[in-house]
Amino acid sequence: MAKTLKNAKGFWGTIVIVIVLSVVIQFLINGGTLNSFYVNTLFSIGINIILAVSLHLIIGITGQFSIGHAGFLAVGAYVSAIFTMKLAMPFPVAIVAAGLAAAVAGLIIGIPTLRLRGDYLAIATLGFGEIVRIAFLNIDYVGGASGMTVSHLITWPILVACVIITIVVIVNFTNSTHGRACLAIRENEIAADAMGINTTFYKVMAFAIGAFFAGVAGALHAHNFYIIQPVNFGFLKSFDILILVVLGGLGSMSGSVIAAILLTIISTFLSSYPEVRMVIYSLVLIVMMLFRPQGLMGTKEITAFFKAGRTAKGGMQDDKHTVA
Amino acid sequence: MTNTPLLKVDHAGIRFGGLKAVSDVNMELKEGELVGLIGPNGAGKTTFFNLLTGVYVPTEGSIQLDGKKLNGFAPYKITKMGISRTFQNIRLFSDLSVLDNVKIAYHSLAKHSILSSILRLPPHFSGEKEMEEKAIEFLKIFKLEGVMDEQAKNLPYGQQRRLEIARALAANPRLLLLDEPAAGMNPQETEELMNLIALIREKFKLTILLIEHDMNLVMGVCERIYVLDHGQLIADGTPEQIRNNPKVIEAYLGEEVS
Repeated sequence: MAKTLKNAKGFWGTIVIVIVLSVVIQFLINGGTLNSFYVNTLFSIGINIILAVSLHLIIGITGQFSIGHAGFLAVGAYVSAIFTMKLAMPFPVAIVAAGLAAAVAGLIIGIPTLRLRGDYLAIATLGFGEIVRIAFLNIDYVGGASGMTVSHLITWPILVACVIITIVVIVNFTNSTHGRACLAIRENEIAADAMGINTTFYKVMAFAIGAFFAGVAGALHAHNFYIIQPVNFGFLKSFDILILVVLGGLGSMSGSVIAAILLTIISTFLSSYPEVRMVIYSLVLIVMMLFRPQGLMGTKEITAFFKAGRTAKGGMQDDKHTVA
Repeated sequence: MTNTPLLKVDHAGIRFGGLKAVSDVNMELKEGELVGLIGPNGAGKTTFFNLLTGVYVPTEGSIQLDGKKLNGFAPYKITKMGISRTFQNIRLFSDLSVLDNVKIAYHSLAKHSILSSILRLPPHFSGEKEMEEKAIEFLKIFKLEGVMDEQAKNLPYGQQRRLEIARALAANPRLLLLDEPAAGMNPQETEELMNLIALIREKFKLTILLIEHDMNLVMGVCERIYVLDHGQLIADGTPEQIRNNPKVIEAYLGEEVS
């Protein structure tokens, strides 16, 4: 129990550090030290962290290989844009609405498809992502192919709040009996079922929570880029998110966060060299998979490194808290 | 002790297309009994376990636990009703710690909701604490508390088998189904397992049905034995009766040449 308390303290300590850091960044933004290029990169990093962590819950924790995450991102982006631009609602209301709409989409797609496994689920979710994109492409109310112009309402405090809430919710969910139920499904679905876990319920639940935060990320995305178009939410976007999770290490939340930060920075700086950008990006991935196929962090969390010293005498890493 | 049997299987069977995997099985287990289920390879023993635990839905007959019909319930609901099992090929949550494996089985008894866990409300902490204490208690009975932080896949084979039984017990069953618990064990480990089964039966007041090929174990611990061959029960009785039953000998060794 003492151990759990200590972990909780470390966790909340990290949150406090993040808040202090973001206040400092806010001052730097106000003071003009950070120009709009850096601010934009910071916004992209935040949005990608939310996306990566939300997909991590579905793939890394529950083991459901979903590659339609851009679909939820699109639902969130469009719903939030309708709320702020057409209905003149405040931005925070639009964010919550975007999350809820995406979660509902997650339930609708999740309940029938989560009976599928592995490749079949992947193909079904891929199809879902394309359906969403085509649907928005053909709805004139949201601008069809030319898209929708959206005001730039995103601010640093709103972004930081969304990132922190996402991480806290997903960490708290993972480190509870409910998260363990999801892990059990990932490890062995038949055994999980035999141990009294309602596997369908937890798969759909993980899917809905993941979709909710993807929707939140969609709202932030829409109000950061001035314009949203269906073409931004194709399956390549889903793969971008998937890459963050795989590169960070399946099952490691801090891995997803680190990968989101690193890859956003890499792709931002490579955008000055558009002709070699995708080549270098792909090379990074190939090298990574060759030399570290388990991802940056494997299944470990960053907190495990700080605890290594204390548990070293047993010769074992602290595997009890391998996830979040 | 009541007169109604804990488990009543009434003419149960399942066919896959034209194949009758199990048919017309009748079985009654009384509270507290330790019963063996034997039969040659491919006789349908594991299929029968899958019928009891809801993995397959019987296409004929009925299965009742304490008078309640189980047909058609999902496996996780049947586990909650009180039937828990181990698997022939070990199915642990191999990347998770030994402690987490047992905690997961205790999940269905947890009272705290998803919301209280996400918001870290007091029910979350009391619920998690209770789970941890219970899980450690189980691990102590099975002498696994020393390895509780190890990943399940790193345990030696015998300990993995013990962990699987511990996990099945943590789900709080009234009827425990053991599918070849001694498979792959050496005689000494089998001996320990026999003692362990006797101990848990005493301690948890369990009814146990076990599939086993190790005749020493079956004849040694079981009070009654059912014999399954080609999906049908061919005999049942005390170990002594089974040992001398010509049908059983025929099923295992083939017909006597006359």
